[in-house]
Amino acid sequence: MTEPFRDEVAAMAGAAALPRDNGSVVFAAPWEGRAFALAVTLVERLGLPWDEFRLRLMAAIEDDPDRPYYESWVVALERLVVERGVCGVEALDAAVPDERVPL
Amino acid sequence: MTTSARPHDDHDHVAHGHHPAPLAPIEARVAAIESVLADRGLLDRAAVDAVVAHFENDLGPLNGARVVARAWVDPDYKLRLLADGTAAIGELGFGGPEGDHMVVVENTAEVHNLVVCTLCSCYPWPTLGLPPTWYKSPAYRARAVREPRVLLAEMGTTVPPEVEIRVWDSSAEVRYLVLPERPRDTEGLSEDDLASRVTRDSMIGVERL
Repeated sequence: MTEPFRDEVAAMAGAAALPRDNGSVVFAAPWEGRAFALAVTLVERLGLPWDEFRLRLMAAIEDDPDRPYYESWVVALERLVVERGVCGVEALDAAVPDERVPL
Repeated sequence: MTTSARPHDDHDHVAHGHHPAPLAPIEARVAAIESVLADRGLLDRAAVDAVVAHFENDLGPLNGARVVARAWVDPDYKLRLLADGTAAIGELGFGGPEGDHMVVVENTAEVHNLVVCTLCSCYPWPTLGLPPTWYKSPAYRARAVREPRVLLAEMGTTVPPEVEIRVWDSSAEVRYLVLPERPRDTEGLSEDDLASRVTRDSMIGVERL
């Protein structure tokens, strides 16, 4: 990944700004970090500008401002996956596991 | 080789509640996205790990590194840490779910400690962040117990033959953190500088500092 791309992720402002503690990016649970990295690597893999994700994230936050940040992040990631034609909603639903497995 | 006090048979794991936390809907959705991307060849797990590492680690030492550095400079803290890991780590403000029952095991001239989770991927993320992909791999989980010395050598870490390797099997009930030996060339370093020398891998036990 290119450094400027990472910088753009880190520099998001306003409602889309990454939750931080004392300046450092923090994840309150492992799934948050996983979802975060999936979005960053997917956007890069598809060769898209970061705004493709950032604008969906801002829209997801606006849909439900009280929803926790990384839950909105997952909503935005699902929309990106579906709207960019990676797979349909049904495929996502079908892939939901019943129990915890090592990823 | 000495394995942990906790036997590795499945019954023991089940009895100790290896999978007590039900999968939350949001966790399941993230797992679904990851598996769909993997199926379509759009997932590079090494890149995912690298991104997490960049944002989590490159912005400062891991919480666990601060714990280790404190133990290196403060003998009383080290005693408390080895006696009650959860409480001593909590003194520095780190804890919460998945860091509830921390046991810290000390590397010495005679003993090298290695942490694994044989059945899944239990990991003390409040102190070490997210587990690397290899930690969750079946090969690591099996070979850490069966042939730790060979595995470590393959990962670039040679443990001298006279040093005993102890393998600790993390579970939902107990999560282990390795207290590495303080490198000899670190005399006079500040606690912050010491913390920056402590790597994630050294606290899992796959690296010697």
